[in-house]
Amino acid sequence: MRLRNFLLRVADIHRFVVQVIKHFFMPPYEVREIIRQCFAVGNRSLFLITFTAFIAGIVFTRQSRPSLASFGAESWLPSLVSQAVVRSLGPLITGLICAGKLGSNIGAELGSMQVSEQIDAMEVSGTRPFSYLVVSRITATTLMLPLLVVYADVVALLGSFMTVNFINSSSFALYFNEVATNVTYLDVFSSLIKSAFFGFAIGLVGSYAGYHSEKGTTGVGKAANSAVVISMILIFVIDLLGLQVTNIFRR
Amino acid sequence: MHYPETYTSTSHHAEGERNVVATVRNLKKSFGDREVLKGMNLDLYESENLVILGRSGTGKSVLIKCMVGLIRPDSGTIEVLGQNVFSLNPDELNALRLQVGFSFQGSALYDSMTVRENLEFPLKRNLKIFDKHKLEELVTTALEDVGLAHTINQMPAELSGGMKKRVGIARTLILKPKIMLYDEPTSGLDPITSMEINDLILSVREKYKTSSIIITHDISSAKHTSDRIIALIDGQNKMEGTFEALSETTDPDLEPFFKY
Ligand SMILES: Nc1ncnc2c1ncn2[C@@H]1O[C@H](COP(=O)(O)OP(=O)(O)OP(=O)(O)O)[C@@H](O)[C@H]1O
Ligand SMILES: [Mg+2]
Repeated sequence: MRLRNFLLRVADIHRFVVQVIKHFFMPPYEVREIIRQCFAVGNRSLFLITFTAFIAGIVFTRQSRPSLASFGAESWLPSLVSQAVVRSLGPLITGLICAGKLGSNIGAELGSMQVSEQIDAMEVSGTRPFSYLVVSRITATTLMLPLLVVYADVVALLGSFMTVNFINSSSFALYFNEVATNVTYLDVFSSLIKSAFFGFAIGLVGSYAGYHSEKGTTGVGKAANSAVVISMILIFVIDLLGLQVTNIFRR
Repeated sequence: MHYPETYTSTSHHAEGERNVVATVRNLKKSFGDREVLKGMNLDLYESENLVILGRSGTGKSVLIKCMVGLIRPDSGTIEVLGQNVFSLNPDELNALRLQVGFSFQGSALYDSMTVRENLEFPLKRNLKIFDKHKLEELVTTALEDVGLAHTINQMPAELSGGMKKRVGIARTLILKPKIMLYDEPTSGLDPITSMEINDLILSVREKYKTSSIIITHDISSAKHTSDRIIALIDGQNKMEGTFEALSETTDPDLEPFFKY
């Protein structure tokens, strides 16, 4: 019985994903709703991302400085920090924050709409709630995550620069020149693509959990909670897979 | 389990020549191990108010959700306006759903939108009406029909339960449905508000010539609105007739309803 339920669930998720992907290639697009959701995504996460990325930049710089100094390789600091931020730290911080912030939000929003039969009401008035509610949200997270990651990278590097600047008053131009020469196109592209996948996963998991939320108010809480947990796990899985793929190109 | 003889012969009915607008035949639905509907039958005639009376949890909501294709039954057939609900493709189903209004038990107003946006939502997204004046006119008419024109810019959270029910009804009326399905329109309301809703149901029929299924366990609402009553007991249509006829029943399942 448990195996059967599990398999049914897998089939259900598969159908959900297929539906979403079909809608990606199937106009009409919900342009207005997508734009609205994009703003909501930015609104909800920008403060937290700024805050954590800035501090992560400072902490990372301060912690790697002594070990570089012990090799007399302090001048490598910008290159080390920039690669760490662009390749890994920026996407990861953004991904996790968005998983927490957006995953729970989407899960709870759609969950309460499901529980109070608002989604059914849209369904019976023939207003295609799936593309309006689900596809627009997933599109928004997929589009916005790469942007947010770029933003997080910049903020983290600023944090790092200010730390360096505080210690040995090196110039802004010099620091970011160093950063620019050390970050490759591959670094940037792979990080953007990876973060688009993060965004897709967050939107998908949140919507699925909300759309299939159990009846009753506890259902909404459960939906929000599982959305966060599962999308966080997925972010690490995607991070790992992304690393493998990028390594193929790096050689 | 038995069901009344009349149901085995389709379409025509003792009442006369009126057209059937919806039929349900031998509908069965279980959730897990729990059998909810065990062979439900009904016919809905043109411009009649059919009340479905039954206790909580007997599957009344499940029945009408099946009728609009929200829940897929395990077996049985449902025809609405001459179309088999479960053989339609998504576009055909949407077209059919435009003609069937569904008033939800919990109103189901979109709580992130104002009353106006709630009513405009199906107009814009289904009928593709974007003209401002046209929208305004349709929205105000529908709200006036339910006596709530003054709430147009309020959020659902600011409305009382009875007002929400009426806005929910307005939101379905705006599409000018041929069939209305009311899921417990008076539950949780005081007797006076209930009476207002009952009158609303009657006036909707007058104005829009709708055929309606009204689900309720409120006996005074059944008395007020029904042309005919079907008692849904233990997942089946146990008995049917006018309010007067059923109120004389001695059936142990049904009698308590009338002896409130
Ligand atoms: N989606 C669902 N999943 C699982 N069980 C369900 C579902 N919908 C309804 N049920 C079960 O079916 C039974 C009948 O539910 P239904 O909502 O139709 O009752 P009802 O007759 O409308 O009662 P009420 O007067 O309380 O609204 C209940 O036991 C309910 O738990
Ligand atoms: Mg019900």
